[in-house]
Amino acid sequence: MKRRYLDYSATTPVKEEVLDSMMPFFSEVYGNASSLHTFGQNANEKLTESREIIAKTIGAKTNEIYFTSGGSESDNWAIKSIAKAHEAKGKHIITSKIEHHAVLHTCEALEKEGFEVTYLDVDEDGYVDLDVLKDAIREDTILISIMYINNEIGTIQPVKEIGAIAREHNIVFHTDAVQALGNVSIDVEELNIDLLSVSAHKIYGPKGIGALYIRRGVKIIPFIDGGAQERKKRAGTENIPAIVGFAKACEIAERDLQAHVEKLSKLRDELIDKILGSIDEVKLNGPRDNRHPGNVNVAFKYIEGEALLLMLDAVGVAASSGSACTTGALEPSHVLMSIGLGHEIAHGSLRLTIGDFTEPEDIDFIVENLVRIVKTLRAMSPLYNA
Amino acid sequence: MLYTDIVMDHFSNPRNVGEIKDADGVGEVGNIQCGDIMKIYIKVENDVITDCKFKTFGCGSAIASSSVTTEMVIGKTIEEALELTNKDVVQQLGGLPSVKVHCSVLAEDALKVAIYDYAEKTGKEYKGLEGFEPSQLSHEH
Repeated sequence: MKRRYLDYSATTPVKEEVLDSMMPFFSEVYGNASSLHTFGQNANEKLTESREIIAKTIGAKTNEIYFTSGGSESDNWAIKSIAKAHEAKGKHIITSKIEHHAVLHTCEALEKEGFEVTYLDVDEDGYVDLDVLKDAIREDTILISIMYINNEIGTIQPVKEIGAIAREHNIVFHTDAVQALGNVSIDVEELNIDLLSVSAHKIYGPKGIGALYIRRGVKIIPFIDGGAQERKKRAGTENIPAIVGFAKACEIAERDLQAHVEKLSKLRDELIDKILGSIDEVKLNGPRDNRHPGNVNVAFKYIEGEALLLMLDAVGVAASSGSACTTGALEPSHVLMSIGLGHEIAHGSLRLTIGDFTEPEDIDFIVENLVRIVKTLRAMSPLYNA
Repeated sequence: MLYTDIVMDHFSNPRNVGEIKDADGVGEVGNIQCGDIMKIYIKVENDVITDCKFKTFGCGSAIASSSVTTEMVIGKTIEEALELTNKDVVQQLGGLPSVKVHCSVLAEDALKVAIYDYAEKTGKEYKGLEGFEPSQLSHEH
């Protein structure tokens, strides 16, 4: 059976070019980048070069890039250490209700330590209201953390405007840009961003490597104590093969950005149009435009997402859902509940994320099978009266 | 795979899906918040369950639990059916992941509520229903 991968927002395959770039750094150039000898210096050279490439991709300076293990670590580091480093000024943080759990659970952990967190509501498309954000700002607000692109429903936030508001009030602005990197053009200067989290495995790079951009001058405390790596802020021997792969993935992403966005958004729009056109009582989650180029999120009334995923998997289609059953939670996805979906429809949500290896014929295959599966599951549903 | 082959079989080819128009008893349990609603219909003749159908809104294990339950009770007397527990359902399915065991509880309860409904309608009393009160069921996972 042909397997079709439509879960690119969960992770991506490592591209051949990326893998090739990494290979020499396992067994040939294997030195510790902190070592003084030639083995070490050769590794260190590549480390610097990689850092430069990644910095350039987001419009940052080389010494503003700190390698981490990925998006979750970057989010944790950014929020926890800004909180601790600025607590003399205040203990109030502003974020949104639709952040990734790496942000939400970090904020919740800080609340237990005496910080106050405002979780901003979002509208039905997932947007943060700028006026509501301004109203939430207090004398003691030290950090605003709002994600660039939502991982579930694809909403692209007005980060530039949010950054401007933060700057105007002298508040640090962090954005989780894990879904944004490689899908929109990022310039931290232009967007008024102080800290930004990114991850390699969402852009056809390896897992276990990411970065935190920290604007020069922003006060932050180290995340891992130990050696002098990452300007003494994040100790641990650098994972050179992964860092090299991350840099290569960034290079490709920047080089191919326009073609990538054009291809994905065309397939995305086609998939959305065909689903909405061929199935009744279905809702598109997230905005119609201004969304992640590869994100499709729809909710089918009267059926449950896990059953849908299993049936799609049975025909080789890999997708994801925000239903409680698939996440092991009591409630459906916090994102879907925050945009105002009722339980009966939130449980029937389906996320299909398109990527560079999605083929046009995948779209028709998925729609055909969705029509059949939704019909089968509705026929079984006590909520559905045909 | 998360599920056993038996679960996948019942999920992919569910037995006895549908409604019984002139059912002698109907039981519905679960709630929309949790994402599981199970409805079981029974047809009874001479105290024997002659037909049983289901409709379920829920995940793979909820559908499989309903399907296997209908199969297990057809041909059983009411008292025999009342002895069926969620453990029997899990066993018949070759096991369920621990987070999904509540689905089998729903199946046991939906069947009991259907029998309760039948008993109410016919004025019959069954030992297996003693102390059973549908309104006191809790399906908050």
